[in-house]
Amino acid sequence: MRLNTLAAATVAGLLGATPVLADLVFPSLSYRTGPYAAGGIPFADGYADYFTLLNERDGGIGGVAARVLECETAYNTEKGVECYESTKGEGALVYQPLSTGITYQLIPKASADGIPLHTMGYGRTSAANGSVFEWVFNYPANYWNGASHAINHILDENGGDVAGKRVALVYHNSAYGKEPIRTLEELSAANIRFPMENFIGVWWSGSENDVLPAGAGADGYKSLNMHNVGADFPIYDDLKTHVVDKGLAAGAGDQLGTVLYNRGLYAAMLAAEAARTAQGIHGVGEITAAMMRDGMEALEITEARMGELGMPNFGPSFSVSCDNHGGPGLGAVQQWDASAESWSLITDFYASDMEVIQPLITADSEAYAAEAGIEPRGC
Amino acid sequence: MSADFLNLIEVILNGLMAGVMYALVALGFVLIFKASGIFNYAQGVMALFAALTLVGLQQGQVPFAHLIKAVTGLDVHHWWSMPTLLALLVTVGVMILFAFLVERLILKHLVNQEPIILFMATIGLAYFMEGFGDLMWGSEIKKLDIGIPSGGSFWLEEATIGWAAEGERYFGMYIDLLDVWATVIAVLLVVSLMLFSQYTKTGRALRAVADDHQAALSVGISLRTIWVIVWSIAGFVALVAGIMWGSKLGVQFSLSLIALKALPVLMLGGFTSIPGAIVGGLIIGVGEKVFEFAIGPMIGGATENWFAYVLALLFLVFRPQGLFGEKIIERV
Repeated sequence: MRLNTLAAATVAGLLGATPVLADLVFPSLSYRTGPYAAGGIPFADGYADYFTLLNERDGGIGGVAARVLECETAYNTEKGVECYESTKGEGALVYQPLSTGITYQLIPKASADGIPLHTMGYGRTSAANGSVFEWVFNYPANYWNGASHAINHILDENGGDVAGKRVALVYHNSAYGKEPIRTLEELSAANIRFPMENFIGVWWSGSENDVLPAGAGADGYKSLNMHNVGADFPIYDDLKTHVVDKGLAAGAGDQLGTVLYNRGLYAAMLAAEAARTAQGIHGVGEITAAMMRDGMEALEITEARMGELGMPNFGPSFSVSCDNHGGPGLGAVQQWDASAESWSLITDFYASDMEVIQPLITADSEAYAAEAGIEPRGC
Repeated sequence: MSADFLNLIEVILNGLMAGVMYALVALGFVLIFKASGIFNYAQGVMALFAALTLVGLQQGQVPFAHLIKAVTGLDVHHWWSMPTLLALLVTVGVMILFAFLVERLILKHLVNQEPIILFMATIGLAYFMEGFGDLMWGSEIKKLDIGIPSGGSFWLEEATIGWAAEGERYFGMYIDLLDVWATVIAVLLVVSLMLFSQYTKTGRALRAVADDHQAALSVGISLRTIWVIVWSIAGFVALVAGIMWGSKLGVQFSLSLIALKALPVLMLGGFTSIPGAIVGGLIIGVGEKVFEFAIGPMIGGATENWFAYVLALLFLVFRPQGLFGEKIIERV
């Protein structure tokens, strides 16, 4: 079946590759190979499966079919830029570069080409300033929000007083693929009998891959997240009916319910909702990248809407605006249970200290604007 | 004793054991380079592949499960979890088969080519094996446990906790049991390799080939058989390195990059000397850890990889053949 599709696609390609204009194109810069493949596969599967679900169940977004254009980056910056260049002509609506390195390369390119970027929980933090970074979005949360979430959680745990306690940043001094995935730190923490619940990883060190290899030693480890975990959502029933059971699941179809699969689903949901918003604003089904940008800027995610989508409490409620492309910076803390081999959220989505973060965003984005000769637009 | 001094001892001990781990990888390079003059870029990927195979067999994974599913629609992921010892033996068998195929499909066609061509071929082999390993066993990170004790030695920690002078903050000495075992295993491996090359007929043939290809051929030693044997032994060494590193970090892609750590070790120890690989490993291990401990904090840290390569660079300038390498004299 899949081979037939492949053959059909090849034949279609040979017959003359004119882009099918009647699609909403969502490129997926995936990394199914290379050092971080274990994390790239579930995200890419979740991203693709959500659009397959929309096509199969609803006939696309606003009646227009969605098309996921997958391009392999192996988490390598050069390949990521190549993927961008080779897919942007197909009518790409939004890019999720999935690596901070690729993001930094794409910010000037995408801004010049007029194609929005969505960097969810990575990339350039100060891109949250929409008046400087017109084409870049990093809602619902960025690294600075993450740092603030971690500190707020520590404060909560200690009754608001951390006097006399030391907060240490354990970081991962990594170039491309040079260091093992974060497991290392957890293993060494378990080895020295450091209490695991005193560790709070950022969202990129909070997947099954980061804890499973450490076995029982990782029990109690915490990490941040900007969306919910597990498969206990109505959307999973739809995924089973319309995607998995029809044999349309992306990849091997064995990643459903993992943290990074959910992140892929969540990113796709935000993209689809922005496309829907753009269709509403402009009154057309077949939106362009510029219209998509307007949709992202007017995006409003409410609990009621997530409920309708079969994803109640899947992520925080938030809205995006012209000057704030980062949203309110909401996040939650999840904890690992090694015996059940599962994550669970142990807090609600809560705010970060925007009064501390906002001046940093403003200062950094203004420095970028001055350096790049960008005149901040009035919002 | 002051806590600083005790910490320094701890750093040196851990450096020595890290050095043994580097030496394990470097050893595989030396074996192949000695016997065939090939710098085998794929050595790190071989370690990864061997470890993947071992874990896959141990956990009863069906090889190529995703491929089988994509082509035939048959969903088989799990069959029989092999006992560790059997899985080890089968993995050794797989590495021998690998050596045989490398000779058959690559080396045989490149006899008498320039070393750089053979080197390029091993780069190609490395990329191929990277993808092949993923395809065969999947790319998720796996936990490798073949029963080697790991984790900190609490006994040592408790025994040393009282060593520091009164009133100092000292929590005892930390040594990972896995590193201790790695040291023991590496010593056994080196001793058996030495005995093998000194006292067996095949071992002597290997040395003859290493000394002079032409002369070895002229006394009837089959170069092709020797190559298969050497690559098999290198595969076995890769398996040992893969087990030790895999138990430490989990079996994952970055295992293939530990080969980069073997490069400075080889430059120091010489590409042709087994003792050189060991001594080079120890010097790099201790050097980088002590440097990071003593100087690192002053310049922002993360100096370990930098230090190893700078040290190697110095050696290249002043003693290009390494500590134990053969001096190359070319007469014109």
